[in-house]
Amino acid sequence: MASIVSYGSYIPRFRVEGGEISRVWGRDLRVGVMTKAIPGPDEDTITMATESARNCLRSVDLDLGKVRALYIGSESHPYAVKPSGTVVAEALGITPDLYMADLEFACKAGSTAIIICSSQVDSGLIEYGLAIGADKAQSSTVDELEFATGSGAASFLIGKKGIVDIESMKSYTTDTPDFWRRDVQKYPSHGGRFTGEPAYFRHVTECAELLMSTMGTEAKDFKYAVFHQPNLKFPSSVGKKLGFKEEQLRPGLLVPEIGNAYAASSLLGLTAALDASEPGDRVLLVSYGSGAGSDAFQLYVNDEIVKFREVKNSRGIRNTSSYIEEKEVLDYSIYAKYSGRYRI
Amino acid sequence: MRKVCISGVGITKFGELWSRSYRELIVEAGLRALEDAELPGESIECLYMASMGPGMWVSQEHAGPMIAEQTGLTSIPVVRVESGCASGALALHQAFIDVASGKHDIVVVGGVEKMTDVGAKEAGSIINTMLDYEWESIFGATLPALYAMMARKHMHDYGTTREQMAEVAVKNHYNGSLNPIAHFGRKISVDQVLSSPLLADPLRMLDCAPMSDGSAALVLTSKGDVEIIACEMASSTLALHSREDITTMDCVVGSSKKAYKRAGINPSDVDIAELHDYCTIGEIIESEDLGFFEKGKGGKKVAEGVTSLNGSLPINTSGGLKSRGHPIGATGVAQVAEIYDQLIGRAGERQIELLDYGLCCGVGGSGGSAVVSIFRRR
Amino acid sequence: MVGPSRIWREAPSRYRFLGNRCTVCEEVYFPPRQICPKCRRASIGRMEPIQLSGNGEVVTYTVVYDPAVGHELLTPYILAIVKLDEGPRVTSQIVGAGLSEIMIGSRVKTVLRKLREEKGGGEDGGSGDGSGVITYGYKFVLDGQS
Repeated sequence: MASIVSYGSYIPRFRVEGGEISRVWGRDLRVGVMTKAIPGPDEDTITMATESARNCLRSVDLDLGKVRALYIGSESHPYAVKPSGTVVAEALGITPDLYMADLEFACKAGSTAIIICSSQVDSGLIEYGLAIGADKAQSSTVDELEFATGSGAASFLIGKKGIVDIESMKSYTTDTPDFWRRDVQKYPSHGGRFTGEPAYFRHVTECAELLMSTMGTEAKDFKYAVFHQPNLKFPSSVGKKLGFKEEQLRPGLLVPEIGNAYAASSLLGLTAALDASEPGDRVLLVSYGSGAGSDAFQLYVNDEIVKFREVKNSRGIRNTSSYIEEKEVLDYSIYAKYSGRYRI
Repeated sequence: MRKVCISGVGITKFGELWSRSYRELIVEAGLRALEDAELPGESIECLYMASMGPGMWVSQEHAGPMIAEQTGLTSIPVVRVESGCASGALALHQAFIDVASGKHDIVVVGGVEKMTDVGAKEAGSIINTMLDYEWESIFGATLPALYAMMARKHMHDYGTTREQMAEVAVKNHYNGSLNPIAHFGRKISVDQVLSSPLLADPLRMLDCAPMSDGSAALVLTSKGDVEIIACEMASSTLALHSREDITTMDCVVGSSKKAYKRAGINPSDVDIAELHDYCTIGEIIESEDLGFFEKGKGGKKVAEGVTSLNGSLPINTSGGLKSRGHPIGATGVAQVAEIYDQLIGRAGERQIELLDYGLCCGVGGSGGSAVVSIFRRR
Repeated sequence: MVGPSRIWREAPSRYRFLGNRCTVCEEVYFPPRQICPKCRRASIGRMEPIQLSGNGEVVTYTVVYDPAVGHELLTPYILAIVKLDEGPRVTSQIVGAGLSEIMIGSRVKTVLRKLREEKGGGEDGGSGDGSGVITYGYKFVLDGQS
């Protein structure tokens, strides 16, 4: 199967603390998110996707003309009609000989982009494809979501031979309306506790089990596991249920620091886990998209990651932890301004 | 070329003239200029009018015929001239050529802007159209921000101080306090400048020209009290960033060199000047680029009082754009009206004694265009 | 005021610093020019596209407190003239830096940001003509960040 040839991340520098949100609204609906990442008013899915993709492409020496596909998954495409990916592709200089589409499947559209790129690589249609998950996560005020939603982007360059081999992938899909946003709605709505058992837990667990049983692997075969992380509890519980220990989850669990970056959530977790990986490690990735479905991947980190990391560091390209560490904490009023919550 | 002289000037009050319309203002200034020149309206053969953007300020393009009709001059050529903040200065340039060529004997130059009929936000957007829209404005530049970047670089390269820039505003407000038509005729202190709100660091509100309504007009003939011995224009890059030296206005250097040559004088022969102090740093930079002071010394000279009313080279005795006001199209014409009044000795409390040569420098935008004119008392 | 064609036309330059070069005198231009202002007619047909790095150095800067319309949410913002390593200079904002972190001579590199949003499009209010069209383009961050 195809392989991850490179990856890059981007997390905006602004943060707001959960305690600050509860100070303003007088309710504490924190769900294990200490700080959430906030984009500047001049950032959106397109700009964050571009930054992560630039980090991804700059980490390898590649004739950009060979990148023949770009798929970008997001819940916050700036245009309802008109693709985000065209801007990203133009900014990267990979147009016009290109397969390209914006994807939407709530928080799993980014991992689905990886599936599409891998399939196109495996079929021989393309040599390289770029899969991106990016979101400027939306939430209405005085809602659990406001305490949880973060922002960011992660890009993966998929090709035949790379640094992380995709040993297997699996999707699990049903119609389960746990979270949605109609075209005319500014913020998404959700089914409250219905988002748990029949939605997140069922899909993530079933998908992971299907993948592992197909491959004959179990929790102990993986160095790390990364799950979609809408809050701290869900990925922790699902990991435990599947037999993973805390130290297998920790490197890829970013939600306490940046919140739930929707389509970038599990993918950013994966970048952090890969940053921590050594050759020979296996990593499990299971995304979740409301509506609902999961994509699961069994990944094998090969020897090439060492050289990749050297090149990336020598070029001063930031890894995920550097984005997490460098931050500017905002008070609620500036956060509200940056989030466009004031009418001017 | 035939001699070109000014035989009369007219100017309206500058300021927030809520009850006066665009057309009323220019008619008033024109009538005053004709009265001053003691000429009947029917003697006018051509009209040049400067207005930076009436289509944006008062939703009225095609302003030429409107003015001709208002003044009963529909049978003569009316030419609208635009070069950003230098529009008025460029209208003089065109009228000068007209009279010098012999085509017309009596020509009126009018400048007008009515800036207070739009809200502050819209006014800001209109001012921004003088920048390079595609490569400056869209990135968040404003005209004060561009001048602020010139100021920062001037401070960095030459040690010009924040206080020296404030002294320009203090001086110009003092002069303006003696000018009855001034928009802001109150005196201010360095402390007031330095404690006014920041617009674009290091420039503050009291470093920058206001938005004004107003109009000014001149009558040019081949005979008159004051001769225009040179009127030259040059342009530079529209975007500030493309200029070789951010602290030099090439267009001012270029147009003044040509003007001195044509006039047969040196910068040191100039006795009085009206410069384009859209922001305080502008006056400092122009005073250097015109050759009055060595590059980098402009700020020091202001602080030393060299350019004050009682200094050896008074600059902006009218109060300048800062205090007299800046109705964009009118500004270049108003500068000339001040020099005219000074040269013929009727500038009242602002009067400077023993004058031979006066100079006007009008600048468009951040220095994309400039017109330098030199005048001599006859 | 900003229709889609106007944004589209400049996209290669605004998105990824596509400039051009006069092969007669070797001068590099950004944005690309139709002719070289130095060589004029001699440069016709001899202007070649060149990809610029987007890296450069701060020539001068200001902090804008009285914003251009449409930039209210960012205010105060740092505006700078940046000399690109290939020679041309550009004006844009420096983001992600404290107001006192910038100096003349600071090294910067490019990032893609939203420059302008016409009214009617999104949550930010926007400015302009009501078409909702978004203009993207380069801004800068201090080198060592992105």
